[in-house]
Amino acid sequence: MARFVARRLVGMALVLFVVSLVVFAIFNLIPNSDPAQRLAGKNATPVLVQSITEEWGFDEPLPVQYGTMMKKILSGDLISYSERLDVDDKIIEGIPATFSLCIGAAVIWMSFGILFGYLSAVKAGGWLDRMLTVGSVAGISIPVFLIAAVFLYLFTFKLELFPASGYVPLLEDPIQWAYHLILPWLTLAILNIGFYSRVLRSNMLDAMREDYVRTARAKGLGERRVLIRHVLRNSLIPIVTLFGLDFGGVIGGGAIITEVIFGLNGVGQYAAESISNLDLPPLMAITLFGAFFVVLFNTLTDVVYAYLDPRIRLGSSAR
Amino acid sequence: MGAVAREAHSHSPWYLAYRRLRRNRLALASLALFVLIIAFVLAAPLWADHVAHTGPNTTHTTETIVVDGEQRDVVSVEGKPIGPVWFGAGGRFFLGADGGLGRDEMVRLMYGGRTSLFIALTSALITTILATVLGLLAGYYRGWTDGVISRTLDVIWSFPVVLLGIALGTALAVGGLKIGPLELAGNSLWIPILIIAVVYTPYMARPIRGEVLALREKEFVEAAVSQGAGSLRVMFGELLPNLWSTVIVFFTLNIANNMLLEASLSFLGAGVQPPNSSWGKMVSTGVELIYTAPLLAFAPGVMILLTVLSLNVFGDGLRDALDPKSKVRLEARAGLPEPEGTAV
Repeated sequence: MARFVARRLVGMALVLFVVSLVVFAIFNLIPNSDPAQRLAGKNATPVLVQSITEEWGFDEPLPVQYGTMMKKILSGDLISYSERLDVDDKIIEGIPATFSLCIGAAVIWMSFGILFGYLSAVKAGGWLDRMLTVGSVAGISIPVFLIAAVFLYLFTFKLELFPASGYVPLLEDPIQWAYHLILPWLTLAILNIGFYSRVLRSNMLDAMREDYVRTARAKGLGERRVLIRHVLRNSLIPIVTLFGLDFGGVIGGGAIITEVIFGLNGVGQYAAESISNLDLPPLMAITLFGAFFVVLFNTLTDVVYAYLDPRIRLGSSAR
Repeated sequence: MGAVAREAHSHSPWYLAYRRLRRNRLALASLALFVLIIAFVLAAPLWADHVAHTGPNTTHTTETIVVDGEQRDVVSVEGKPIGPVWFGAGGRFFLGADGGLGRDEMVRLMYGGRTSLFIALTSALITTILATVLGLLAGYYRGWTDGVISRTLDVIWSFPVVLLGIALGTALAVGGLKIGPLELAGNSLWIPILIIAVVYTPYMARPIRGEVLALREKEFVEAAVSQGAGSLRVMFGELLPNLWSTVIVFFTLNIANNMLLEASLSFLGAGVQPPNSSWGKMVSTGVELIYTAPLLAFAPGVMILLTVLSLNVFGDGLRDALDPKSKVRLEARAGLPEPEGTAV
C-alpha cells in the first residue's frame, strides 16, 4: 500500500507540473497580443506595461519566464495590476466561504443521493421509483443559475425566509453561518443529488443480480440486512470514486456561479470579478488553485479506492 | 427456406433500433420538443421583422407603446422595464423589455437562442470528430501513439471544466487569436466554440478509445487484416461502423453538456462577448433585476432547461434503442462521464 501511495504521489507531482505548464501557455503564450499588455488589465499605461515586461521577464527565454511566473504565484507576490491587490491574499481570504459552501453541499448531495438512489432501486418499477427518476433527470438538466434565480426570487423575496446574500464566518456565529448557506448548499447539491441517485440505482440493480446476494438470501438473512450490508455496501464503491472527482471539481471551479449569485465572497466570486475586469493575474492563480484540488482529489480517490478494493493496488491495473 | 423466413431475420440493426425508439413515447416527445426549440430560434428574423418590428440590439429607452389602448413607457422613469404585455401591443414587447435599454426581450430570447444552439451544436460536432479520430488512433495503434494521446487528454482532464473554459475564454477575449493565417477577433463566436470543443474532448475520447481497444481484438478485424486491409481501412472501414451507435449517443448528450457550459461561461462573462448575446448571458443580466423583473432571468433559464432536458431524455432513449445492453453513459453535467471502472 505504501508503495502504491508513493507512486500516486509522484504521478500527482508530475501532473501538477504539466498543468502549470499549460497555465503558463494559456496566459503567457497565446499568440494574440503582448502578454504584458494582457496582464496589465483594462487601464494599462505604457509605463505599467513596460514595468510588467521587465518584472515578468517577457524578453527572456521561455523557461525563465515560466520560472518567474511560478515563483510569483507560489511565493505570494502576484499582484493584480488593475486592482492593486495581492492575489494570493485574496484567494486565502475566500477559502473559508468556498470550503463551507462545498463541504456542506457535498454532505447534502451524498445523503440525499444515496437515500433517493436506495429507495429508487428497492422500489424499482414502482411509482416512487418513477417519480424519483423523473426528478433526477430534471435535477441533472437544470442549469445552476436557474435554480439559484428561482430560490432567490421565491425564498428571499416572495417568502422572505432566507437572507439573499453574504457569508458569515463559522466561528463568528455558527447559526447565521448555516442560515446564510442553506440556499447555496441546496443550489449546488441538486445537480449531484440527481446524478448520484441515478448512478446508485443502476449499480444496486446490477448488484442485486449477483451470486453473493443470492447466497446471502439463501443463508437466511433478512431482506433489509441483505439490501444494506450486501447490495448497498458494494454499490457504494463506485460512488466513492465519483465523489472524489466531483468534490475536487466543485472546489476547483464548480461552485463559482453559486458563489456569485449568492454573493458569498469566496474564491469563485473573486474569479468571476476578475473575469468582468479582464484581470488576468488572479485567474492565473485561481486556475492553478482549482487544478490543484482536482488533481489532489483524484489522487486521494485512487488511494481510497485501492484501499477499498485490493485488486486495484495489487493487480496489473495499478499503473 | 422460403423468402418469408429470410426476411424475418434480415432487419438491419438500424431498423431494429428505429423500431425500439419508435415505441419510446417519452424519447419521441423530447425529440419533438427539441425540434420545436430549433424552429423557435430559426423564426427569430420573422418575428423580429413582422411581429415585433425591432432588432435584438435596438434600444427603445425613451419610447412609449400603446398597450390595449393605454399609453405606457417602455422603460419607466425609475428605470424599470415594462413587463410582458403578450399581444397587447400587437406582439411588440411580447415578453416586455430587457432592462434599462428597453430592448425587446422576446426578440432577444429568439436571437440569443440562435447563438446558444449554434455554439452547442458546432462544438459538439467538433468534439465528436476530434474524439472519434483520437480514440481510433489511440485504441488502434496503442503503444506510444496511445501514450501521447492519452497523456495529453489526461492533462485537459486535470483541469476543472468551468475553470479551464474561463481561463481560455478570458485570455482569448482580451486579444483574440492569431495563428498564422487564422485570425479571430476577441468577440468571435468561434472562440467559445473551440474552447468548449477542446474542453469536452477527453470525456468522449476516453470511452471511445476503450471501445476501440476491445473491438480491435475481434475476429472481423483479423479477417480484414488478413485480406490485406491497411490501417486506415481497418480504422475507418471496419472499426468506425461499429462505433456509430456510441458516437451518436455521445453527440446528443454532448450538445446538452455544451449548452450548459456555454451558458455558464457566458453567465460569467468568459463566453460570448458583446454585441453577441446568448441565453446564459441573458440570465446573468436578468439576475440583476431578479426582484423587479424575474422573467428576464427565468425565460432564458427555462429555455436552457427545456433544451438540455429534451436532449438528455432523447439521448437516453437513443442509447436504449441503439444498444439495449449498453453500460457506457455520459451524463449531461458540467463535465463528468461515468465510472467505467470511472469520471464531471
